[in-house]
Amino acid sequence: MYQYDQYDQAMVDARVAEFRGQVERRLAGELTEDQFKPLRLKNGLYLQLHAYMLRVAIPYGTLNSRQMRLLGDIADKYDRGYGHFTTRQNLQYNWIKLEETPDILADLATVEMHAIQTSGNCIRNISSDQYAGAAADELVDPRPYAELLRQWSSFHPEFDYLPRKFKFAVIASDTDRAAMRLHDIGIQIVANECGDIGAKFHVGGGMGRTPMIAPVIREFVPALQMISYAEACLRVYNRYGRRDNKYKARIKILIHEIGADEYRRQVEEEFAHVLTLGLEPPAAELARIQGFFADPGFETGLSDEVDRSDPDFAVWLNQNTVAHKQPGYAVVTISLKPIGGIPGDASADQIRLMADLGRDHSFDELRVTHSQNIVLPHVKKADLYALWQKLEAAGLGSANLDLISDIIACPGLDYCSLANARSIPLAQKISQRFADLDRQRDLGELKLKISGCINACGHHHAGHIGILGVDRKGTENYQLSFGGSEAADTSLAQITGPGFSEDGVVDAVEKATNVYLAQRSEGERFLDTYRRIGMAPFKEAIYG
Amino acid sequence: MKILTGNDLKTGDVVWWDGQNWSRDVNDAADAGGDADAILAREDAAVRVNAGYVIDALRTGDGVRPAHIKDRIRALGPTVRLDFSLKPADTNVSEWVL
Amino acid sequence: MVEAVLRYRDDIASTAPAVSFGAFAEAGNAVAVRIEPGEDARALLPHLAQLARIEINFPAYGDGRGYSSARILREHGYLGELRAVGDVLIDQLSHMRRCGFDAFAPSKPIAVEAAAQAFATWPEVYQKTADGRVPIWALRHD
Repeated sequence: MYQYDQYDQAMVDARVAEFRGQVERRLAGELTEDQFKPLRLKNGLYLQLHAYMLRVAIPYGTLNSRQMRLLGDIADKYDRGYGHFTTRQNLQYNWIKLEETPDILADLATVEMHAIQTSGNCIRNISSDQYAGAAADELVDPRPYAELLRQWSSFHPEFDYLPRKFKFAVIASDTDRAAMRLHDIGIQIVANECGDIGAKFHVGGGMGRTPMIAPVIREFVPALQMISYAEACLRVYNRYGRRDNKYKARIKILIHEIGADEYRRQVEEEFAHVLTLGLEPPAAELARIQGFFADPGFETGLSDEVDRSDPDFAVWLNQNTVAHKQPGYAVVTISLKPIGGIPGDASADQIRLMADLGRDHSFDELRVTHSQNIVLPHVKKADLYALWQKLEAAGLGSANLDLISDIIACPGLDYCSLANARSIPLAQKISQRFADLDRQRDLGELKLKISGCINACGHHHAGHIGILGVDRKGTENYQLSFGGSEAADTSLAQITGPGFSEDGVVDAVEKATNVYLAQRSEGERFLDTYRRIGMAPFKEAIYG
Repeated sequence: MKILTGNDLKTGDVVWWDGQNWSRDVNDAADAGGDADAILAREDAAVRVNAGYVIDALRTGDGVRPAHIKDRIRALGPTVRLDFSLKPADTNVSEWVL
Repeated sequence: MVEAVLRYRDDIASTAPAVSFGAFAEAGNAVAVRIEPGEDARALLPHLAQLARIEINFPAYGDGRGYSSARILREHGYLGELRAVGDVLIDQLSHMRRCGFDAFAPSKPIAVEAAAQAFATWPEVYQKTADGRVPIWALRHD
């Protein structure tokens, strides 16, 4: 994986020093809170319901064991012994003290980590496919392109005060595991008819209060023009994105209002100009970065046979591992969704254990997924049983990847100052209702996603079953929706009808799964049955 | 009654105006009456508390109860981590937020 | 030391008052003009040679359109003074300089020493922009 050179390290160190000065000015009263807020947000520091919250960037979700271990140590040293992995592949600490933040950042900088641009109206952390470099179905590893974008977007002087936040995702396979088309810019690395590598640009997707699926703005941008094209896309947005209403300020609204064709025309005009400026990093720089992402030293000639005689292990193996490009290896997902647990939370001890497992079993690499789980990308099949036993002992052995209890949930009103309703207790109740693993496996792939407000951090628009918490006259109320997807078949969920109480929505989810079980055809997932039979039978079961 | 709340500038802790100072226990909250804006302006200038604001609350036999669920959760702590709440030993306390 | 205008140019500053973008279009012979965030910097391109000073107003520091205006002017060869005026704060100075501003007239004055410190924030830079600094990718491969 990527390693900083002296330049990268100097940038991060400079940011720590700059932020230390900003915190000192705030504590001394030289900055008002109004002045300080955008400065702290650009470094991922929020003021939430109970304390400051710090969001640490995990670029394209990739970490080594030293980084992961330090995340656990920081949880103990500065927080309350746990962290929360997010749908943007980042990590959040919930109990941070402002006066200690510069020291946390200094600690992070010792392992090439930071909180740069994890909030604010700027280009956020670049997300990617959690199976990058391991997936059997990828064209190339997308992460070198994400790293190129990371460097370009870090402290970009023109795009630090955009109309609104801006999120990139980069993938390189037809299977979308990163909700790519629900980002402001979603890039798929593709090959053209000559076999040249380039970037397919989707622009103007997003969730939030106005969910939209990004249209294709350019089918093929040559790899060595990707930065220039991104620059053009951002400049048009910075100049013409709406600034009169923060709820209409995302790029999806601009593209919706002027149309994809007109946006494309403006970008192409700007792109032609940008190409004359020579601001694209050279091929040698892409090659340098790609060198860091070369395959680790896989052993060859390994067997793909795994002893499945332990039935619990066999279930986990089936559910939580996927095919690796290298024979004899598997991609392992560690579920952070135990029944009744808090989706995405891990204790400091669990974080350190996962760090050790990554070091010992996965060539020192770990990934964070947008589904709030952890991936060990390169595990030898012969090691799987021993690995699973260690996970089981630490409460990390849930065999529920992509099942109904593998719930995405935002922090909700338990932590978040923007939330209208709690998300986590609902996730806990649903997972408890469907606690029986055989029942979950019978229901098959079923992506359930919960947001505690319209900002949709819990991706409810993209859930096969989506739930949105709202405030109805001071009480929590939950709107149910069906039919969303953030995979290659991206679609937006439709609301079923009137909302429910917390217990009511758990019952409604169960009724919906019963409709599916009664109506499904051979091989259909919940989503497929819904798409085939439509909302009516579900509505009748829920409200009838 | 009207009570004042905010977050401690340095630690981020949820705090409540008790008439003289900021307390971490909602039950210490004092009725600010008509003085709320003046107190907030003064405290803002003192650079001790962030984002202070006024809310409605009721004084009951059990203590002070903020009118809105968001402030009740602020007062209590996350309902999913009662070990970090105002009353870690009281298992019924999450009912209080509803 | 506090001055109303922080200026990082060797030439003598023009004292001509800046006309508004609308007035400039009508009069056409002014040597100094001020543009607002929503006004198109590209409309000035045919007139760059006659302009000694272009002021770009930041009514609120969070409106970042002025950064694009500045780069566009520099990218098209504008060599005169490019002045950021209005809600210009210390924490934005280094980015403004990188986009091509070489003079600053903040509504709340900034000390010369503080500005110097702000410009020294970044030891190196990742992007090639309008200030001529060599980006990190070029340093790596020269």
